[in-house]
Amino acid sequence: MTNLTQTQVRERIEKRLASRHRKEKMFRGMGIASIAFGVLAVVILFSDIISKGSGAFVQTAIELEVHYDAQVLGIDKVDDESLAWANFSGVIREALRERFPSVTGRSDKRELYSLVSSGAPFTLRDRLAANPQLLGKSEKVWFAADDDVDTFVKSLKDSKEGFRGRTSEQKAGWIEQLLDSGELKKRFNTTFFTNGDSREPEQAGIRAALMGSLFTLLVTLALSFPIGVAAAIYLEEYAPKNRWTDLIEVNINNLAAVPSIVFGLLGLAIFINFFELPRSAPLVGGLVLTLMTLPTIIISSRVALKAVPPSIREAAMGMGASRMQVVFHHVLPLAMPGMLTGAIIGMAQALGETAPLLMIGMVAFIVDVPGGVTDPATVLPVQIFLWADSPERAFVERTSAAIMVLLSVLILMNASAVMLRKKLERRW
Amino acid sequence: MNKQILATSLAALTLATSQVALAARDYISVVGSSTVYPFTTTVAERFSRATQFKTPVVESTGTGGGMKLFCQGVGESTADITGASRRIKQSELEMCNGNGVDVVEVQIGYDGIVLANAKKATPFKVSRKDIFLALAKEVPNPNGSETLIANPYKTWKDVNPALPNTKIEVLGPPPTSGTRDAFAELAMEGGCKTFDWIAAMKKEDKSAYKAICHNLREDGAYIEAGENDNLIVNKLVANPNALGIFGFSFLDQNADKVQGSLIEGKAPTFDSIADQSYPVSRPLFIYVKKAHADVVPGIKQFLAEFTSERAWGDEGYLADKGMIPLPQEKRQQVATDVRKLNALGNLAAK
Repeated sequence: MTNLTQTQVRERIEKRLASRHRKEKMFRGMGIASIAFGVLAVVILFSDIISKGSGAFVQTAIELEVHYDAQVLGIDKVDDESLAWANFSGVIREALRERFPSVTGRSDKRELYSLVSSGAPFTLRDRLAANPQLLGKSEKVWFAADDDVDTFVKSLKDSKEGFRGRTSEQKAGWIEQLLDSGELKKRFNTTFFTNGDSREPEQAGIRAALMGSLFTLLVTLALSFPIGVAAAIYLEEYAPKNRWTDLIEVNINNLAAVPSIVFGLLGLAIFINFFELPRSAPLVGGLVLTLMTLPTIIISSRVALKAVPPSIREAAMGMGASRMQVVFHHVLPLAMPGMLTGAIIGMAQALGETAPLLMIGMVAFIVDVPGGVTDPATVLPVQIFLWADSPERAFVERTSAAIMVLLSVLILMNASAVMLRKKLERRW
Repeated sequence: MNKQILATSLAALTLATSQVALAARDYISVVGSSTVYPFTTTVAERFSRATQFKTPVVESTGTGGGMKLFCQGVGESTADITGASRRIKQSELEMCNGNGVDVVEVQIGYDGIVLANAKKATPFKVSRKDIFLALAKEVPNPNGSETLIANPYKTWKDVNPALPNTKIEVLGPPPTSGTRDAFAELAMEGGCKTFDWIAAMKKEDKSAYKAICHNLREDGAYIEAGENDNLIVNKLVANPNALGIFGFSFLDQNADKVQGSLIEGKAPTFDSIADQSYPVSRPLFIYVKKAHADVVPGIKQFLAEFTSERAWGDEGYLADKGMIPLPQEKRQQVATDVRKLNALGNLAAK
């Protein structure tokens, strides 16, 4: 080094400087590239789901002038019993025949009747039940169209011909006629948010699955959070460090990595076969998911407790606080944001789980919206799975729409985790 | 303190469970085949709307899984009805009877299994023998000796000179699927039997015969594409050279994307499956637990709905969903049998 002049040193540094800068740039570029890749994947996923699923939020409907003819209905007064018996489909058929008087012949008529959803009579029943004075009068009512009609109408905007599929030329003609006269429109699909599952895509909704998910998560949260936090506090604040606690720690970390189907099998053996809890119930689902999320919550709670500086404990002890007072008055409030974040992430994980629920009968066709934790129910990801597996074309967009609902619930949960942390976090 | 909390919550839990277990089940529980699932669910929905009963809960567990749950025993926590895309096996019936379960069999209709390719590709015309030779793990030696060799065929043309010169590439369901079982039994075995010396084996060594006829090749020509038939349809659109195996209702709903191959000269259509001229069709069943019929409310009415003309008739709503109805006389006979709720005895005797 000594025989180098200052300029020589400078030259050497400058020579290397370019390559150092290049390397720095490359490193930064790689970081940006990997983020760009991630963002691209998310954009592709979201745009695919949204482009496929947005159609499900509108539903093709047909406006018909119906006459509540007591004779056709076969009733003379409006009460529960006569409503159950009344021939509402007869009224709708008559309305369709009046709209297309030229249609005769059995098979043509059958085709005509299939324009509206098979759920239409129930729409009419609900209307009459709400307004009994309608009996004997006429009114214009929008009925959901059959799913084949819906698929056809929605495909019209992509190509001129549209996807005819099971729709005959004659039926397509009627549809175009109704479209031109404004009696066939795409309207906001409220059914999707108010109904449970259905075999008819136009009557299928996400409500039952959403409520099922809610009840399941409630049970999971109510059990896993207190148990998880209690376990974490004991292990962190009270337990002596010996071979046993090491063993417990290894087991907890192990449990976090166990495939979730195993918990499902356990749930089937213990909760259903031994305790004889009902199948398909959110209670059992919640219990199984509790087992699954417990390790996550315990581990994150322990980390949160560890992050509380020992000086706080020592100060409290020094002031004469008991161990329990130290934990509940000082350590726990400070560790809470971390614990809550862990709990919410665990919940989000539980929300997306299907495999363990398969074994306990929650992969099921549920029409009635569950009203409690022991009613049969299913959950959002299971609903997505079931719809993705259905042959009806109109379920494709409903699958994507259900994914959108699930994603928005997840985003809501994760956003609240970030907010909670921001709000409660304290720095030392 | 912690112990106290733990003890109280445990006590509360046990209390809750004991109460739950006492509450009677007031809905019908259905398990079973994913092929029958769309039809059972349709009936379940209509049934609950037309009556005052709660909507039956229908789980899609697969035929075998459904049988296990169904045959577990009699009682609240066991299923009332199971769907099957094949007939109950003797072993399953014995398991059922051993657990005190008397079974009522109801044949509800047929389902066709189709071999399809993308609409933009040329339609395929194959025989069951072609299918067997193209997809079996081991095939008879082409030199005519009665020995087996590992499947050497790479293209359809190798199998049968009349077929196109494209690579054999078939997407189908995994072994857990009832569709796969039925495909092996109807299409593969159907082609396998055309070799007299293999057919003769059936009497001597049934398990060897089954192994030859039912085992699909594992060298990549047959691709297990999962249980989701919609996925297979989409993969066929992306790859015009591939063929796919799935249920008829998916062909029916995706007629703009895929076309069914002609098997033995017969296209898979509603009519050809209904009159049994299309060779790869299978019967669909539901099995009912006799002991539950009077206990769980609505089972008899549910069966009545299932076997009514408006449901399973030629123009019923199940036909709209892609189920192929039974012939009229058979329907009447099954419907009267169901009303009597006669339990299934020995399978061989029937």
